[in-house]
Amino acid sequence: MSTVRVLVGTRKGAFILTSDGTRERWDVSGPHFGGWELYHLKGSPADPNRLYASQSSSWFGQVIQRSNDGGKTWETVGNKFVYDGVPGTHLWYDGTPRPWEFARVWHLEPSLTDPDTVYAGIQDAALFRSNDAGQTWQELPGLRGHKSASLWQPGAGGMCLHTILLDPVHPGRIFIAISAAGVFRSDDAGTTWRPMNRGLKSEGIPDPTAEVGHCVHRIAMHRSRPDVLFMQKHWDVMRSDDAGESWHEVSGNLPTDFGFPIDVHAHEPETIYVVPIKSDSEHYLPEGKLRVYRSRTGGHEWEALTNGLPQRDCYVNVLRDAMAVDSLDPCGVYFGTTGGQVYVSANAGDSWAPIVRDLPSVVSVEVQTLP
Amino acid sequence: MIIRVVLPAHLRTLAHVDGEMKLDVEAPLTQRSVLDTLEAGYPMLRGTIRDQLTHRRRAFVRFFACQEDLSHESPDAPLPDAVARGAEPFLIVGAMAGG
Repeated sequence: MSTVRVLVGTRKGAFILTSDGTRERWDVSGPHFGGWELYHLKGSPADPNRLYASQSSSWFGQVIQRSNDGGKTWETVGNKFVYDGVPGTHLWYDGTPRPWEFARVWHLEPSLTDPDTVYAGIQDAALFRSNDAGQTWQELPGLRGHKSASLWQPGAGGMCLHTILLDPVHPGRIFIAISAAGVFRSDDAGTTWRPMNRGLKSEGIPDPTAEVGHCVHRIAMHRSRPDVLFMQKHWDVMRSDDAGESWHEVSGNLPTDFGFPIDVHAHEPETIYVVPIKSDSEHYLPEGKLRVYRSRTGGHEWEALTNGLPQRDCYVNVLRDAMAVDSLDPCGVYFGTTGGQVYVSANAGDSWAPIVRDLPSVVSVEVQTLP
Repeated sequence: MIIRVVLPAHLRTLAHVDGEMKLDVEAPLTQRSVLDTLEAGYPMLRGTIRDQLTHRRRAFVRFFACQEDLSHESPDAPLPDAVARGAEPFLIVGAMAGG
């Protein structure tokens, strides 16, 4: 029987949750790297025992960990992220130029085909790649070389490159998203980049329809149909049917269209999930109810999924990297909260149960489906 | 010379060491020579105490010895004789934080 392994990054360490395909009984391993912030952990699609983890602390900086045995043991690998050439400047919150400065790795995206190749999205926003299993890292400088880069500004959480989508169909196509610059696409394996923000409208910036400057929180695709993208923007849930060339809003009947994560059902490319959050100034759930919203129509029409989730006095948040799906049938959906709960639905969202209730604040959730 | 070095708990875990360390550091004994030796023996500590490029001390890391805060001393200033003799440890400390 298949098993699932859930990789959970928290403010105070990493946890690995495992279950068989029923997804009813769970083993909990951790904390790994206790006391450190684990912004993200992810396994290689090409070798599920190869895991990468971003470990950081305000005191001791950035560490990258690698496991070759599915998280039983770990070893430190390279943590030297040096911008290519003279870093230049971007804009600070007050509109003044500020030199690019490495802060942390937000997201690690292993190659779809090579376990030794992995991409890192960092703050201040840049994309790095390692071709030697994390030992050394090189910037893909074309992204920051884009003419708009000197005008990029940080979102409230810092100027982070938080999303990396590797197109499984078009060789060399990569999508990334930056808060608060927006979506960029490369069609040549990261050498050159174009902004992909047409159709986005953000009221909080001087030109609401600017080519760059949008606070994109997360983008997602179904691997069978990579020209269709879904986006949770700061406000607005968006959809693109042309690989990011244009976007249109699909927020529909959501109670609020502010939020962080968005994900796609493993077997139904038109079924998507979001967790609406009350507002950008409150960052908690509306009405004290933890509701995942599912659309089976690729947006516009949404239904609240509440069975098994707290429906009173709940004021957590679900961060951008804290939702994932497995590839079992029925599809499992997972998310973690800032209150330390990790929930699973083994039936595509119809009902939910907590795997753990009392972890440190959850930053990221990834799932591996193992044979 | 053999000197004594104490790491903060998180870095002891990262470096897989217990308690106080003994390092064989070549003269002159300075913060720089201690950290160079430490990072050569324990490469996983690179970047956790000082920046890998500029070698500037990380803001929330402090260096103590002989009841003195040496954090703002030049990295090339000689360390106290008591550290060189092994009578006192060189302490690498994570700054206190929290309420």
